[in-house]
Amino acid sequence: MTVRQISVFIENRAGRLEMIARLLGDAGINIRALSLADTSDFGILRLIVNRPADAEAMLRRHGFTLRMTEVVAVEVPDVPGGLAGVLSLLAAHQINVEYMYAFVEKTADKAVLVFRFNDSARAMDVLRGAGIRLLGEADILTK
Amino acid sequence: MTSRCFERKLETMSCDERAALQGDRLRAVVARVYEHVPFYRRRLEQHGIHPDDIRSLSDLSRLPFTTKTDFREEYPFGLFAVPMSRVVRLHASSGTTGKPTVVGYTRRDIDLWARTCARTLACAGGSRNDVVQVAYGYGLFTGGLGMHYGGEKLGATVIPMSGGNTKRQIMLMQDFGTTLLCCTPSYALEIAEVATDMGVDMRKLKLRAGLFGAEPWSARMRQAIEERLGLQAFDIYGLSEVIGPGVSSECDAHCGLHVFEDHFYPEVIDPESGQPLPDGERGELVFTCLTKEALPLLRYRTRDITRLMRAPCPCGRTLVRMERVSGRTDDMLIIRGVNVFPSQIESVLLEIEGTEPHYLIVVDRRENMDELEIQVEVNERVFSDEVRGLEALRQKVASEIFSILGLTAKVTLVEPRSIERSQGKAKRVIDKRVL
Amino acid sequence: MPSSASRIFDPAAERLEPEKRRTLQLERLQTQLRRLYDGSHYYGEKMRAVGVRPQDIRGLEDLARLPFTEKEDLRRQYPYGAMTVPLADVVRLQASTGTTGRPIMVGYTRTDLEIWTQTVARILVAGGLSCDDIVQIAFGYGLFTGGFGLHQGAERVGATVIPVSSGNSERQVALMRDLGVTALVCTPSYALCLAEELERQGITKSDLRLRLGFFGGEFWSEIMRKQIQSRLGLLATDNYGLSEVMGPGVSGECLRQDGMHIAEDHFLCEVVDPETGDSLPDEAEGELVFTTLTRQASPVIRYRTRDRSRILTEPCPCGRTTRRMAKVTGRADDMLIIRGVNVFPSQVETVLLAFSEIRPHYELVVSRDGAMDQLEVRVEADGGLFSDRMGEMAALRDRLQRRLDSVLGLRVRLTLLEPGSLERVPGKARRVRDLRVW
Repeated sequence: MTVRQISVFIENRAGRLEMIARLLGDAGINIRALSLADTSDFGILRLIVNRPADAEAMLRRHGFTLRMTEVVAVEVPDVPGGLAGVLSLLAAHQINVEYMYAFVEKTADKAVLVFRFNDSARAMDVLRGAGIRLLGEADILTK
Repeated sequence: MTSRCFERKLETMSCDERAALQGDRLRAVVARVYEHVPFYRRRLEQHGIHPDDIRSLSDLSRLPFTTKTDFREEYPFGLFAVPMSRVVRLHASSGTTGKPTVVGYTRRDIDLWARTCARTLACAGGSRNDVVQVAYGYGLFTGGLGMHYGGEKLGATVIPMSGGNTKRQIMLMQDFGTTLLCCTPSYALEIAEVATDMGVDMRKLKLRAGLFGAEPWSARMRQAIEERLGLQAFDIYGLSEVIGPGVSSECDAHCGLHVFEDHFYPEVIDPESGQPLPDGERGELVFTCLTKEALPLLRYRTRDITRLMRAPCPCGRTLVRMERVSGRTDDMLIIRGVNVFPSQIESVLLEIEGTEPHYLIVVDRRENMDELEIQVEVNERVFSDEVRGLEALRQKVASEIFSILGLTAKVTLVEPRSIERSQGKAKRVIDKRVL
Repeated sequence: MPSSASRIFDPAAERLEPEKRRTLQLERLQTQLRRLYDGSHYYGEKMRAVGVRPQDIRGLEDLARLPFTEKEDLRRQYPYGAMTVPLADVVRLQASTGTTGRPIMVGYTRTDLEIWTQTVARILVAGGLSCDDIVQIAFGYGLFTGGFGLHQGAERVGATVIPVSSGNSERQVALMRDLGVTALVCTPSYALCLAEELERQGITKSDLRLRLGFFGGEFWSEIMRKQIQSRLGLLATDNYGLSEVMGPGVSGECLRQDGMHIAEDHFLCEVVDPETGDSLPDEAEGELVFTTLTRQASPVIRYRTRDRSRILTEPCPCGRTTRRMAKVTGRADDMLIIRGVNVFPSQVETVLLAFSEIRPHYELVVSRDGAMDQLEVRVEADGGLFSDRMGEMAALRDRLQRRLDSVLGLRVRLTLLEPGSLERVPGKARRVRDLRVW
């Protein structure tokens, strides 16, 4: 059970992030979560949106370089130690996290963690085995 | 032999027979310029040479060179060997400084040019059944009109598109079933990109071959063009001082460009000493025009770097081949004392798997130190959604460049299409240094 | 200045007795119609639709029984429909200018190119050109027929041709002076533009060797001719042609500058009433209609040019026996010619309507900025754009500008107006203001 994430290559110059946000907004696409990894020259914008296929097509049309990636989303209680619990579980099983980011659900006292693993299948087995709830697109994209 | 010769006898004659022809023509042209071009008479006299001293090809190296500077000093018509009433066409190439280089043609020269360009198209398999789209610029630049008349001489259908209006170029390719495309390699890639935007799969069109020239390009760029346009790419070579396109051309053996040496006799020399180099060694290409009437040049220094190859070619043509031009003697950048040819950087970039062939070399000077920056566009084949993946790409380019040039380069990854596309020759270098 | 008794390029054709020429025209017309009736799906159908067979055309006066061909008909036949030979026999394709989307593509066989070359050589020699001239061609090359047409003709005459193509006035002027150019080929408005550039650079007539000018591609007046002649120090002749018929070379003035001699052995010329389509007598002004007599790849039957002119029949002292057409005085439709490019207001409207941020209120203003024609598109934008979304307005402007430039094939000046700025008039809106003085 994975979620589609759009990764976009952007140059580190003024207005690029704003332009993507505006393009998505104009197309009526809602950003559910985003994370920006940047260096001095360039950045990678990672997005989870409510209509991934539309967003992909639209951004490509505007000439952006992008890639669709499958990421794993899990739900944890929005309390101190919620993240630490998951990370220590993964560490115990020697599962590497390539990167991760988190967002908080407005309506519930839950936080959503988004992971990219080097071995997603095994990571999901471990998480499920520990009784952690994996979220599908239906869980987070429709809101 | 797969591609048919346009002038079979002349292109396949034995080398001895051709050498005899060249020798006769050389004697005649030296006598002619001595008689009709005051510049050459002076120049030969300064070197103590009389036309009678030139008896065969082996005497060629006794003749003085002609250079771009001579064109400038004799501007506009000083090198012409016929009166203006016999000149039916002028072309001009824009000089980097001041006066353009003006070249002239008699009616016979125009016919000769059309025939060597028809040979060029035939080398790429062209025949009267082809539809040739010429997307080189028309006008003073020789590329457009040169290939145009070659196509007409061959009896093909010629679409004189000239450069630009890429969408219309693609529309006509679709609607008229263009089979041969003539343009610069960078414009070929521009066409591929616009086609992608338009949702046109170029590989499904009737395009069969592309004749690309007028700027240097690499094997990797050729591969990208062939894949994206679904055609076989042929390298063509020429310069307006010698005639325009139609000086040499690749055949489908793709092992060098056959020089139409019955008209344009090539030598390769050491650019420093001016001494002729043996076949196979790289140096500066020099041409002597054996048959042209209006502008017969003796030993014109092209500043292009290449080598000559005389091994037999499977296509059956006995014409000597030149390697794809690998640089210009005057494009050379000197960065921190190191001689750098943009073509070296180009080949590094393009050989790295997946790097889309769009790049810009920026040279700047900061606190008396030269800085070399290479901007490379990131495409989806190399884009990694992890920072370290992109950093690795950057490192790879930088270390390859270091290993070839011994220079540290700053490699900047930029978004697709942030480097300006040109429709004529691609601008690959920005030198910001104030020297 | 050259004497008015110039050479004649093709005396056999140009001095043929009118009666013999009419016989030749009829023979060629009949041959052409027989070929098209069976060989061209498009023209065959057209003739069958009105029930006219080739054998029904027994005299030139029967021409009026044939249906007209409109620009729109040809556009609908894109790409090959109106061509009447296999593509393998076509050695050249050219296009008409200034069209949206699909251009009108015309083909030429080797014979067509030869005839085209000869007809242009005729008008160049009629205008005084000889093999000693150095000709600067500042018409665009490429798909547009202007550059190539004059180029081929001048080469045939044996003059030295400099294919400069259009644009870059500074360079044009430098070459004109340095290379000793004696004859200039371009649009009349560009000739004035070059005159200004010469003045700007401080180059006078005496620094130049210019003696002849061949101008076409747009309408121009006698006042403009006088200006060009005095500022450039040359003798200016007018010439006419259009790619649907052949390209330049359809007609051109001789040194008497009194009407353009039509190459009647290749192009049959009629003048019709633009409203009713009825044939008009010689000397009466109406719309020019051409039928090609020898063209192989892209023949046209009774092509309506929309250009207004009249036929002059009085014999010309130059010795040519061909009929002449007067200077074109305007259009029978709303087409504008701007810097040699054909522009229809409907093209602009189509572009504007595709933008929802634009209100359907616009006007086109044509003016002359110095010597160059300028087209300004003034259009009302949605009110919200002015109040708080300046960034969007700039983006809209850019998109609209790009779209207009690419559709029209020329750079327009775009002005966004606040809602309500343009005058509202009842009935048909006045969309075009042409401020040019002819």
